Amino acid sequence: MDPRRYSRVIDPKVRQVGFCPRSGQVQNQSGPTGPSTSPPVSDISPSSNSLSPVMIPPPRHPSDAASRAVNVPAAATTPLRPRRPSFDDPNNNSSSTEQLVVSSYNPDESVLGTSPPFSGIGDDRDGDAESEFSDNSVNWIRQNDSGRFPLSLAPDGRFDSAAAKEKQSKKPQVGSRKERGGGQTAEVRNDLPSESKPLKEKTSKAARRALQEAQRAVKAAAKAAGGNKSKAASLSAHEQTDKAVKLPLQRKDDGPVTSSAAVSERRGGERPPEKDRKKDAPAPRMQFDDKNRVEKAKKRSVVKQTEARNRVELFRHLPQYEHGTQLPDLESKFFQLDPMHPSIYKVGLQYLAGDIRGGNARCVAMLQAFSEAIKDYSTPPEKTLTRDLTAKVNNFVSFLIECRPLSISMGNAIRFLKSRIAKLPITLSEAEAKSSLCSDIERFINEKIVIAEKVIVEHAVTKIQDGDVLLTYGSSAVVEMVILHAHKLGKQFRVVIVDSRPRFEGQALLRKLVKIGVSCTYTHINAVSYIMREVTRVFLGAASVFSNGTVYSRVGTACVAMVAHAFHVPVLVCCEAYKFHERVLLDSICSNELGDPDAISKVPGRMDINSLHDGTNKENLQHLNLMYDATPPDYISMIVTEYGMIPTTSVPVIVREYGREHLLI
Amino acid sequence: MPDMQGLVNELIDKLKKRRVKGSLETPLQTAELLRSVISVQKLPPTNKAAALINAVRDVGEKLIAANPVELSVGNVIRRVLHIIREEDLSPSSDEAGDNEEEITWLRDNTAPYVAEIIRPPLLHMLHTFSSAEEKSKSYIFGRSRKLKHDVIEAINMLIEDVNICYELIAEQAVEHIHHNETILTLGWSRTVLEFLLAAKDKKRSFHVFVAEGAPRCHGHALAQELVGRGLKTTVIADASVFAMISRVNMVIVGVHAVMANGGVIAPVGMDMVALAAQKFAVPVVVVAGIHKLRPLYPENPEVSLNDMRSPSELLELGKFSDCMDFGSVDGAPLVHVANPVFDYVPPELVSLVITDIGGHKPSYIYRLIADYYSSQDYVRYGRDALFKL
Repeated sequence: MDPRRYSRVIDPKVRQVGFCPRSGQVQNQSGPTGPSTSPPVSDISPSSNSLSPVMIPPPRHPSDAASRAVNVPAAATTPLRPRRPSFDDPNNNSSSTEQLVVSSYNPDESVLGTSPPFSGIGDDRDGDAESEFSDNSVNWIRQNDSGRFPLSLAPDGRFDSAAAKEKQSKKPQVGSRKERGGGQTAEVRNDLPSESKPLKEKTSKAARRALQEAQRAVKAAAKAAGGNKSKAASLSAHEQTDKAVKLPLQRKDDGPVTSSAAVSERRGGERPPEKDRKKDAPAPRMQFDDKNRVEKAKKRSVVKQTEARNRVELFRHLPQYEHGTQLPDLESKFFQLDPMHPSIYKVGLQYLAGDIRGGNARCVAMLQAFSEAIKDYSTPPEKTLTRDLTAKVNNFVSFLIECRPLSISMGNAIRFLKSRIAKLPITLSEAEAKSSLCSDIERFINEKIVIAEKVIVEHAVTKIQDGDVLLTYGSSAVVEMVILHAHKLGKQFRVVIVDSRPRFEGQALLRKLVKIGVSCTYTHINAVSYIMREVTRVFLGAASVFSNGTVYSRVGTACVAMVAHAFHVPVLVCCEAYKFHERVLLDSICSNELGDPDAISKVPGRMDINSLHDGTNKENLQHLNLMYDATPPDYISMIVTEYGMIPTTSVPVIVREYGREHLLI
Repeated sequence: MPDMQGLVNELIDKLKKRRVKGSLETPLQTAELLRSVISVQKLPPTNKAAALINAVRDVGEKLIAANPVELSVGNVIRRVLHIIREEDLSPSSDEAGDNEEEITWLRDNTAPYVAEIIRPPLLHMLHTFSSAEEKSKSYIFGRSRKLKHDVIEAINMLIEDVNICYELIAEQAVEHIHHNETILTLGWSRTVLEFLLAAKDKKRSFHVFVAEGAPRCHGHALAQELVGRGLKTTVIADASVFAMISRVNMVIVGVHAVMANGGVIAPVGMDMVALAAQKFAVPVVVVAGIHKLRPLYPENPEVSLNDMRSPSELLELGKFSDCMDFGSVDGAPLVHVANPVFDYVPPELVSLVITDIGGHKPSYIYRLIADYYSSQDYVRYGRDALFKL
């Protein structure tokens, strides 16, 4: 392997670790001015192949190991240690923070990793005082580099906590960027050797560029989830080169810091699992009581929804719109809407109108629309497919969100799609890439939904015996399949269908079951404790299962599960594993979806009630139409997934062991 | 007496057709009917109380059979019987023969210990005292007339009690509702409405969540009333009860009847609400007039004290006619629709029962019942205990 390549990859890590002091030291040593420091840096650069005698790294990942091995010597050669005191010096701080970037990296790695003598220093870092971030970084360093040398630097004091925070906050947004960045670096790498050598002359130019880029990075960072991430990625790639040159200019703004965050993201590919997981932690959801963000989101939106005026205090953080106002408008735009692919547009409208309901149905419809959109996609000139397509997908997704908030299953599917796009080898031609994406999507639908359902049915059917009385709530696709299958197997059982206002989803299920001759009892949710006495099993569907075991499902599920629990009836939740999510949830308030309040206030066929509500008193009277609720894990006897039947406590295991697989299949 | 018979039949008819409903109408009409029954009843020279009791019992059994789930009918009848016994036993009615006979009647018909239980409640003590004065004045009139008169007075008192129980209960609202509270209720209940409004009138501001109480959805009417009086009200679907209960401070509900063990017969859905409240340690407060106390222990109350209503409230029969026709397996239709009216909530899920005479733990209800009913009117054994008096 070419050592150089890896060195490039490594550089960003240096920054991330944030051992600014070291670079500062270097600087001090060689001389106060930025440029003068460059020589040591150049040492670090990949060109130095000589390994220091000290280090015998047992590398974990071949790639990392190689790269580090190369770099380490450089670090070792730099006389860093004595400098430590300088960190404390306020003057140094500013410069050191930004600069330390490149040079510091290897040393601290080594410090943290193995050296007992420095463990004291390391403790600082590890210490709780540090932000999560640094803690984490320590971890990954250890993992990768354990057994490196005892170089020491005492980094942490230096590390600017604000910077750390900033990095952290960005992380989630940048997440998707990382893989793409990998591709980028490959292109850029070539320049590196040349640059690093003739550093002196280049500084001025590099300085300028760095400044520019820093500014751009700041901008990019400001765009929260915007599709512009790709820019940042490319930026970061460039930045490395610049960093090699320590620029006094950079001190003025935080540009470098932010960009360094971006850079660090890029490395995701080689990152050890812990780090990865951390980064995968879902971005905080949009909170609709945050006025600024809502304003911004509105500017971007295609669907102009008018917000419902009379909202329930407790749910200000959730979006609530006037229903039915925007549909005609959108329909009229069908042929004008340029950026949106018609199939996406169609699906969006179907969500909006409520024609497609249910976690699986929505997810499949969305994926199929994506697949069609990808088929029709062609990369615009001067753009790369990965980046442009991701931006496109982001656009689609935000459009769909405007139509109706995403379900967890859709979120997972989108994550999958994006990771596939990002991982496309750049060698693929556009046609190949498109067809591979389409087949990926098809495979996801097939494996994660269709086959998974079949496996779940196989599992669940074993729990139905002759003479059972099954209770189900609403209409869940999987539960319906379970019942149909059990009936096909000739089992003798009865089904109780519990339904609720305002949607009456159970009626469709009732119709289907009666058609095939299953004996059914139909009732409404209030009577559930009346009917529960005769029930022997409860089968429920789920919109999602969170890693604390909470089952997130259509509103009313929790009531049914609770009553079943009170009557000592086992509750089985059937849920495909792709709907599992690593988030945790305690109540139904923080995360939910608000439906049309008019659905509550209007009772079909009841003139006496309907007439009550058109009068006055609008401001004190509200109607709340929740769509989901969270069932506490203690009510659930088992969750049936395609991986088997598990207790709720095992949900995090599935998420951990198989969650990654969704992205990889 | 033909006209009397006509009145009785009319009420029976109304009860059968469920035209008289609710915990206000039913007891009032029953009490009024009994009053007229008593007033026209001819009393034999001896054993007047027994004659009255028999007359009331005859009418009562018919009324109860007409709508066995309208428990307040039975309650009122038992109250009236109790009143007759009380008046008969009270020291002012000093007709020795009557007393003796009554006592022998007691000895014959009930276990000896029961006599101890028969004890006049405070309210009736008051009443007896006042009527005692009257009695002394009207001593010259015939004794039989005096007994009847006293009983009718007492029944008037009972009617008055039923009428003012809302006020009496509402007066206690301020002791239970504080500022800025969130209260959940289910369906429609006049007692709850008055209770909440009383707190509102005392300048307490609080938020009320009303579960609509499908399929009858009477919660909307309650919400409308509350909003009309300026309370912040949110109507939620019954299915969201579990989601919302974690943010609620108190559940206040009206019920159909309070059983002797402290359990309550309540509008359907209440068991679910009470279970959810228990999960989140939210107190469940039951408001009920004293006439809703049912002097019986529940036995299989979900079935025996329940009423099933038309499936058309749940399934539009027109839409589902195809399903309904789908015939049957072994003679039984494929589709059943369960549309019960009541839920039984066991006493362990009820935190407090507020009646017109104050708040009580459910475990104390049995004692209240002893104050208001005579045990020989409800201590019964055998299959038809429910419908007999």
